[in-house]
Amino acid sequence: MTPDEIQAALADMRPQMLRFARLQLRSEAAAEDAVQEALLAAHTSADKFTGASSVKTWVFSILKNKIIDELRRRVREGNVMDFAAAEDEMKDLDDLFDQRGHWAAPPMAWADPEAALDNQQFWVVFEACLDGVPPKHGRIFMMREILGLETEEICKELAISPSNCWVLLHRARLGLRECLTQRWFGEQQ
Amino acid sequence: MINCKEATQLISQGQERTLTLAERLALKLHFLICAGCRASERQFEFLRAAARRIGSPEP
Repeated sequence: MTPDEIQAALADMRPQMLRFARLQLRSEAAAEDAVQEALLAAHTSADKFTGASSVKTWVFSILKNKIIDELRRRVREGNVMDFAAAEDEMKDLDDLFDQRGHWAAPPMAWADPEAALDNQQFWVVFEACLDGVPPKHGRIFMMREILGLETEEICKELAISPSNCWVLLHRARLGLRECLTQRWFGEQQ
Repeated sequence: MINCKEATQLISQGQERTLTLAERLALKLHFLICAGCRASERQFEFLRAAARRIGSPEP
């Protein structure tokens, strides 16, 4: 690729990168910084790229690392929510089950979930749901599934036990499935 | 017999670690009688697939 083509490809990607960073960092300024750093790193390695797709894969992996660095920095500086004290927030999800632990309203299968993945509007709803679950659940789910960290790594970063980590992920998944059911899939009767 | 809350816990943990034989058996038995938890399992899998797609955007 010529430098101009790379320049154009990177400019194209910027809005998507910003949205991605904003979703996970919850801060416009921090998102801008992470994207800026990732783009800068891409410029200096421009000779590696063979096409727009390789630029994109590469830049997003840099961006993910920048986001992970930023999350780590926040944990180090104590500028992070207390993940160990998550119990209070779990009451609302207890409404999903009755006292015997059975579904209050059993989930129904979703209609053609695969098709949703190709629908632009679905992603807006998915991001809104990530935003809508309690922040501790959303954050840990994103570290696990979007940034691709292993559970062990997350426990270490957040200084919580694996079982606490599992509890939070379980709550996150229940919350997300509930949200997507309500806001996208509906229940099939 | 495990209940639905425990079953969804195991489904979720199954995405994080290898379940023990006893846990897998308990889950299988529960699935036989619980369509809600069977649906949840597929939905948890879908959540993972969808989130991974955000993490590695297709060119």
